[in-house]
Order: sequence, then structure tokens, then C-alpha cells
Amino acid sequence: MRRIDLAIGIGGAAGQGIATPGDILARIFVRRGLHVNAYNAYQSIIRGGHIFLTLRTSDQPVLSHGDKIDVLMPLNQDTMNRHLKLMRPGSVVLFNSDTIKPGVVPGGVQLCPFSVKALAPSIRGDLVQNTIALAAVLRLIKVEFETLEEILTLQFKRKGAAAVAENVGVARAGYDYAAAHFTAFPFSLPEAGKRLAFFEGNQALAMGGAAAGVRFYCAYPMSPASGVLHWMARHARQLGIMVRQVEDEIGVINMAIGAAHAGCRAMCATSGGGFALMSEALGAAAMMEIPVVCINVQRAGPATGVPTKTEQGDLWQVLGAGQGDYPRIIVAPTNIVDCFKLVPVVFNLVDKFQCPGIILSDLLLSEGRSSIDPAQLDFSVPIDRGEVIGLNGSTPPANGFKRYVVTDSGISPRALPGTPGYAHVVATDEHDEDGVLISDEFTDPHKRQAIHEKRMRKMEGVLPLLPPPQLHGPADARVTLVGWGSTEGVIREAMEQLAEAGIAASTLQVRWLVPLHADAIVAILRACRTVIIVENNYSGQFARYLRAETGVDADGHIRKYDGEPFMPHHIVDGVKAILTGATRLYVPVHEIQV
Amino acid sequence: MATMVQAERAKVTIKDLKGKVDPDWCPGCGDFGVLAALKQAIVEVGLQPHQVLTVSGIGCSSNLPGYLSTYGMHTLHGRALAVATGAQLANHDLKVVVTGGDGDGYGIGGNHFVHAMRRNVDLTYVVMNNQIYGLTTGQLSPTSLKGMNTKSTPFGSVENPINPLPLAIAAGATYVARGFTGQQKQLVELIKGGLQHRGFALIDTFSPCVTYNHDNTHEFFKQRTRKLEEMGHDPTDFQAAMEQGRLWGETIPIGLFWKREDLPALDQLEPVLDHGGPLAHRPLGIAADTAQALIRELM
Repeated sequence: MRRIDLAIGIGGAAGQGIATPGDILARIFVRRGLHVNAYNAYQSIIRGGHIFLTLRTSDQPVLSHGDKIDVLMPLNQDTMNRHLKLMRPGSVVLFNSDTIKPGVVPGGVQLCPFSVKALAPSIRGDLVQNTIALAAVLRLIKVEFETLEEILTLQFKRKGAAAVAENVGVARAGYDYAAAHFTAFPFSLPEAGKRLAFFEGNQALAMGGAAAGVRFYCAYPMSPASGVLHWMARHARQLGIMVRQVEDEIGVINMAIGAAHAGCRAMCATSGGGFALMSEALGAAAMMEIPVVCINVQRAGPATGVPTKTEQGDLWQVLGAGQGDYPRIIVAPTNIVDCFKLVPVVFNLVDKFQCPGIILSDLLLSEGRSSIDPAQLDFSVPIDRGEVIGLNGSTPPANGFKRYVVTDSGISPRALPGTPGYAHVVATDEHDEDGVLISDEFTDPHKRQAIHEKRMRKMEGVLPLLPPPQLHGPADARVTLVGWGSTEGVIREAMEQLAEAGIAASTLQVRWLVPLHADAIVAILRACRTVIIVENNYSGQFARYLRAETGVDADGHIRKYDGEPFMPHHIVDGVKAILTGATRLYVPVHEIQV
Repeated sequence: MATMVQAERAKVTIKDLKGKVDPDWCPGCGDFGVLAALKQAIVEVGLQPHQVLTVSGIGCSSNLPGYLSTYGMHTLHGRALAVATGAQLANHDLKVVVTGGDGDGYGIGGNHFVHAMRRNVDLTYVVMNNQIYGLTTGQLSPTSLKGMNTKSTPFGSVENPINPLPLAIAAGATYVARGFTGQQKQLVELIKGGLQHRGFALIDTFSPCVTYNHDNTHEFFKQRTRKLEEMGHDPTDFQAAMEQGRLWGETIPIGLFWKREDLPALDQLEPVLDHGGPLAHRPLGIAADTAQALIRELM
């Protein structure tokens, strides 16, 4: 049983300082061993607009940012106008009454106005209201003031003792004012045990790369993938990773390919638009048989689309990236820890099979944040570079090294440039076992067939190494929710809510997309009563892929493509609508106008 | 020690540099001259085949790595410089040579060209400039002269061509030369200079297309080219280099236009490469205390 399940919403314009109180609250929660899930709804603007951070905490794992807000901290009138009407009985709204007016208040909502002018008459600046609201909310969940004092002291230490004293003083005033004037929640924030860590998906992907031994990382800035670049750049010198910002994404992937061919583990990340530019080179990596890893953090498309909003709209782009057939591995991590753990796994696979690997994340996963037991962040991962020969001065074959020698597995040992005796040419033109072009003078159809089959045959070796997806929940469930990638958490939470509503549900979350465990999926889904596919796009990209690969046609679809991620109740409502026969395709309407 | 090992190795000969197949260029193509000059330069500089990585894009001239016994990468159209940059940074012990044509380098690869130069990546870039698209059977190239009749400009091109030399000098290349396949000795010296230069070296080379360019022929350049070294040009004089680079008419200068040695190459500027040797040779994995420090940042 959950002892607490508390969601705090902080909203305002970009530049109003939403991140800091959010970070402080998250830090307080995870230090107590509480689980946290955070999602920041923001716009492509540096100042202004509307930003809304949802920070949800519980003594039990938090799978999504949830359905409700218990504490609303509007930092401007606009946030109050947008969100107050959605507040439920028992919730609290903390706001600066000097500048913000509540308007019509739903029943059972506790308004907690405070006056910055009265509480901090001598302090100028807009950030004061944030500190007061932060102190007040901590009082309402009965966190002792010393906790906040300690964090504020750390935070403002660099600015000197006067700044520390001023901020602690303001916080104290807010804390005491809340004690005297507002009704606290009926619980106090528990101590749940071991201190947890807190990180975002992009950090997890970057750290996964570091664990895998990435020595070369390059990128062109693009939301929402830039977080990977920022982490890599910050840690480059500490970890001995070459980090380069390149002129465009075509340059990015090609530079990574060059570094990978020379022998580095090389990685890059982008979003859909940048990925589109990389398409041809992914095929080139496969043709030259060079292992490289590319992360696509999806955002709402097409074209420039909605740069700061999430979508699972690039599945078909990734499936079809580049001309021709070529071996590649595509995986969609299902949660933030998975982001960390999958990267080394993907590197081992692409090194073994000498092909590109694509990691399909999205804004929700990459910029979403989650608590994590630090024990799960194991950096001592197995590293397998595959068949690289000539490293220890071994004698090259007398009749010359054949880079693309035809083998049963399709894997041909590679040699790194610089190795004496193994010089060879890798080519994006079709070539023979020697690497000699067969595309120009005389295209030998038999050679072309043999070398093409050799390359493609590698895929047969990949599938047995990948764990098949597992059904989660009761085997005889009334409904089975199928998702892929980032939606695992919210689908599982919807499943719990459905169970509470008397609808037994199970879930099947697909992680490995290419190659796909088609037979295993068919076996699972054939035994399910009602299959509903849940995904964040318009056209049911995964549903179409699943049908193409397995012949499974789902009974219903829940799709969302407004830029915001699913909330659990969207899925619950969709399941109910589909089970009653009202529709086969349910598209929820997002309530909060962000 | 390294010098001793070097000396013990058999001296590389032109024959050692022969690739697995012979060039499939048209008889009389200028690219034969570039290939010969590059081999000669490698021999004279004393590089072993395995120490060299030759990277190309796509086009007639980009087939060149296949005709050499060095390590080679025949990459996508226009992308050779990006790939070569990655390879050079990953293993700065390699001597990375980039070869290709004018369309590949100055057209589709134009963005990478400018940025590789401003970064002063340690690359030797030999462009076989024939002022035409050959492999696609004779369309306009970025260096085709105004008025030129090609398959894509049957009534004459109205566009101005790109002039790679002043562009390279302005963009930050630290060794800028122009050769002509009709002047082999000089071409060998220019490529040698590029191989020995620490930084981005461009050797734009007139390499006439005998099949599709009937304007800018071997004869055309033979009549007009004049060696800079005979013109008293000082390659450390920026203004003079820009002015000579812009000359085009009855006199077309060839030789070393511009060189500066006071700027470090990109790999020399990168602190990650200060210690530990080439990145590609370093062990993988993260030390336990480093991992703990990374995790502590999240708490």
C-alpha cells in the first residue's frame, strides 16, 4: 500500500525560476528514499510562454507523472487561470496574492495566498515568491525547516553569507506563515529508507555510453536530445571522451563512423529531423560494416514540428531510414534505468555484428526524470568488442586479409586502421570479400548476391541474443495493453487503475524492435482476449508494424498525438470506451492547456 | 627508438603501394597523375602503407583508395572529410589522406569542407578538380566556369564558379596549394608538403577530364599555368596568397599559395588527447571510483 502519493505542480513563464524549487523538492524527496517521477511541459521559448513541472513522489515506485495535482504552485496569473479549474477536493494552491488572483475556486480546494510584500518587504526580485511557496509546501507536508535550510545554505553559499541569510530568512517567514494560516496535509512526508538518486533519461543514455566505453561522442544541438551532448561535454575531460559539436547531423554520423572505424566506440544523438539527415550514412555504416550507435530522441513532427513536445512518431522513419536493405539493430528503452542499461548492451551487439544500432527514445523518456536506486547504476558492464584481429601482432593470412570474408554467421573479422599487414579498403559501393568494388566495371551478380546475403545473414544471429517481451499481469486478463518504448510506466499504472475498477488487464511492452520477436509476440497475443495498442502517434505506427510482422490486428487502439504524454486515466478511459464497443480508436483530449 | 624501428623496416617502394586492382579511369585521365604523385609522395615521406588511411567520397576520383595498398575508406558522396575527421581524432597516429573530386568536396561536401578547415584538422586533402561531373556523365560542377556548356547547362552556365583557394585561406586552412597533373614533380612536392604539414592541407589539383570537359583540357592548363615559386611568391604573405588565388586568365598560378605553421591542429588542441595515446587504443570501461563520483552527482 502506498503511504503517500503526492504530486506538486509548479507553473509559470520560462525564466521565472521553476527548475530550482523543483530540484530542491526532488532532492528532499529522494534523500528520504522516496520515489520521484517528474515531467516538465515546456515550450520552445527562452523567456515567457507557459511551463508546467509536475513532480510526483511516493514511498512506492512512481510509474508516471500521474493524473492529478495535489499542490499547485502558480508563479503567475496565467498558470492560475489554466490549472485551478482542474484542482480536486483536498488539494492546495499556494500563490502570491500580491500579483495573482484565484478567480472561481472548485469546491474542496484550499487556497493558500501569501503576500510577498508582507513576508519579505525588503527583498526585491521575482524569485522570492518561489522560495516562500517552497517553504510553505514543505510545512504543509511537515518537513522540518532544517532540511530546507541546509539545502538553501548549500545553494547560496557561493553568493556569500548575506545571500544565505536572506534566503533562509525569507524561507523561514514563509514556513511560519504557512504553519499559522494554512491547513497541513493529513500526513507527514515519510522517511522511506535508503537515499535514492535522481536523473533524467538523457543523462542515463550518456552515462550508459560512458559505461559502454564510448570514447567518441558527437552531435549537433537539437531538442530534446541535447541533454546527452551536455552531459558528455561536461564529463569529457574527466572520462577521456572526445566530444565534438559538428556542423550538421550528416557530419555527425559520418564523423562517428570515421571514429568507429578507427577503433573507438562512437555514439551520437539527435531528434527526428537530425536523424533524417543521418539516414544515408546509417546504411553506409552497415555497408562498410562499422559499428556505430545513434540515439533518436523523438519529438512531435513532421518537419520542425513541436520541438519541446513528445511523440512516438519516428518508428517508420527509423525502420525505413536509408536506401536498400541493411542489417541494423533498433531498440526502444522502456524507462529511464533501461536507457542506462541498454546502451552497453547495444554496443556489444553492434560490435559483434558490425552494424549500426539505433536507440529510439522520446522527449518523455529523455527529459523526464526519475528516482533510481544507485545500486542499479552498475558501471562494470561486460564489454565485447567482437571479432577484431591483428591487435596483438598476429600474422596476417599469407594470401592477404579479406575484410569481408564470407562466413556462415555473416560476421567477418575486422582489423583497425594502423594494424600492420591488414590494410584494406572499406567501401559504401558494393564490394567483394577483398573490399574491391564490384559496382563499377563489372557487377558480378553472383558476388553481389553472396556478399549481400553475408551482410543480411548477420541479423539471424541477433534475435536469439535478445530477450523476448514478457506479458506482465494476469494471464486471463480481460484486456491486454500493448505498448513500446517510453509508455511502459503509464500503461502499467493504467493497468493498476483498471484492476481497481474491476477490469483485469495485462501489458506487453516491446523494447527490441529490430529484430522483432515476432513469434513470441504472436504466441502471447493469440492467447489474449482483447488486445489494445497504446501509442503516442496519429497513425498507429507500431500497430501497423506489428500487423506487418506478425499478422496480429489489434482489437482497439489508444493514440495520442497532441504533444503531451499519456496520463494513466487517458488509457483507462480508452480501455473502457473500447470494451463497451463505443469505438475501436480512442484519442484522449488532454485537459491541461500547456 | 621509433626511428630505429622505422629504419629497420624495408623502405616502401612505389610497387608496395599498388592496390588490389588497377584504376578504371578513362585513358588519359588526369587522376592517373594524382595517384602516381600521391604514391611518390608517400614513398618520399617514408610512410608505411598501414600507417596511412586514405578516405574518399564518391566520383571518378574517389575510387582512388582502391588503387592504393594503404588502409582506405570509400565513403558516401561528399562525406569524406567528416569521416576522415572522426578517424583522425580517434587515432592521431594515422596519417589521414582525403581524396576526391570538385563536386564531392566543393559541392555536396561544401559544409564539411569549410568546417574541417576552420578546425584545422590534421588532414591532407587532395582534390582532383576537373571542373565537371564525370561519373554522372558530364553535368555542371561547382568549379565549372561561367558560360560552360554541359548536359545540365546546354545553353551555357550563368553561375559563377567557386574558387577554392581564397575560400580555403579565409576559412582557416593552414596549407593551401594548387597543382596540375601536367607538372608531376611539383605536384609530388606539394602533396609531400601536405603530408608533412601538421594541420589542414588542401592541394587542389587540375586533373583534366578527357571525356566530358573539352574546355579545361591538359593543353589549356599547360599554356596558362605558372609556378608560384618562379613568380617570387611568399606563401606566408596572406594578402599575396589571396591575390594569387584570385588570378584566373592567361596566367593561372600553381604551387604553394599559403602556409602557416604557428596554429596547432585540432587534435593538438584537444585536452583529452594530452595523455594516453590514441583514443582508439585506450582500454574501455570506467574505474569504480569514477563511477561512484558520477552517481554521487545524482544524489
